[in-house]
Amino acid sequence: MTAIGLPHYLTVAAILFTIGVFGIFVNRKNVIIILMSIELILLAVNINLVAFSAFLHEVTGQIFAMIVLTVAAAEAAVGLAILVTFFRNRGDIAVDDASMMKG
Amino acid sequence: MIANLVFYLFSFVLLASAVMVVTARNPVHSVLFLILAFFNAAALFLLAGAEFLAMILVIVYVGAVAVLFLFVVMMLDINFAELRSGFQRYAPIGLAIGLVLAIELFVVLGGWKIAPEAMSLRFAPRVPALHNTAQLGNLLYTDYVFLFQAAGLVLLVAMIGAIVLTLRHKPNVRRQLVADQVGRTRAAGLRVVEIKSGEGIAPPESVVR
Repeated sequence: MTAIGLPHYLTVAAILFTIGVFGIFVNRKNVIIILMSIELILLAVNINLVAFSAFLHEVTGQIFAMIVLTVAAAEAAVGLAILVTFFRNRGDIAVDDASMMKG
Repeated sequence: MIANLVFYLFSFVLLASAVMVVTARNPVHSVLFLILAFFNAAALFLLAGAEFLAMILVIVYVGAVAVLFLFVVMMLDINFAELRSGFQRYAPIGLAIGLVLAIELFVVLGGWKIAPEAMSLRFAPRVPALHNTAQLGNLLYTDYVFLFQAAGLVLLVAMIGAIVLTLRHKPNVRRQLVADQVGRTRAAGLRVVEIKSGEGIAPPESVVR
């Protein structure tokens, strides 16, 4: 068994990213799961940043990961607020036929 | 050796719970698997030596974001079985796109290696004498202080946006009006009535309901 290196982390992050994209496609109606899939994708990006930071012995990548974390938290808060407003207006959260803004 | 096994264990649980997040029938289970995925990602961060980020991941994601998701899932009264109706229809195209994406990522990964001069181009190399948190703090509050403040601004905008989006005034809710209470005079609240003995008094119109 070889020592764990950068490619191992990048492989895990790539698979996680793919699962997130797959989740967006298969749960087209359920916007809550879509938001969770976006969180998974951002987590994959964070794993990449941290892995590069760890194996290049460089700290800046972890700063970037922290900023990505902040933006992800803000995105989740605003996304869920929009979801709650959408639910109050329509009574459900099926987004595949959400065309209210067409007028 | 042990570290390798731990890495494979945490990676496997992370990926398995990520699959469960996107395929679980019940969204509450999805959120719980999301929490498990975040915990395992935090363990991977720990293995990579990013202790501070691992703790931040647990606090921010598990403590705030995942609980927010759980709260919204339980608050909205939705028929989730109806929302899953397109799952079988979209699964093939989702699998196809995911497979293409994964193959592309692995092709990139297979033909890629770190440039030899990359080590000399580093901006902030790790200092062995300092622990992870101290070094992150040294960097974040000096070179990246504007980025730090911009992150704070992003959070402020998100907070205000969430409040503006979800705040609503119900018409039939009685609220405390401090100005009315403070501006009340003796004449408005007190009435001296002469009552003849043995007759009593009818209550004023405003009290009768």
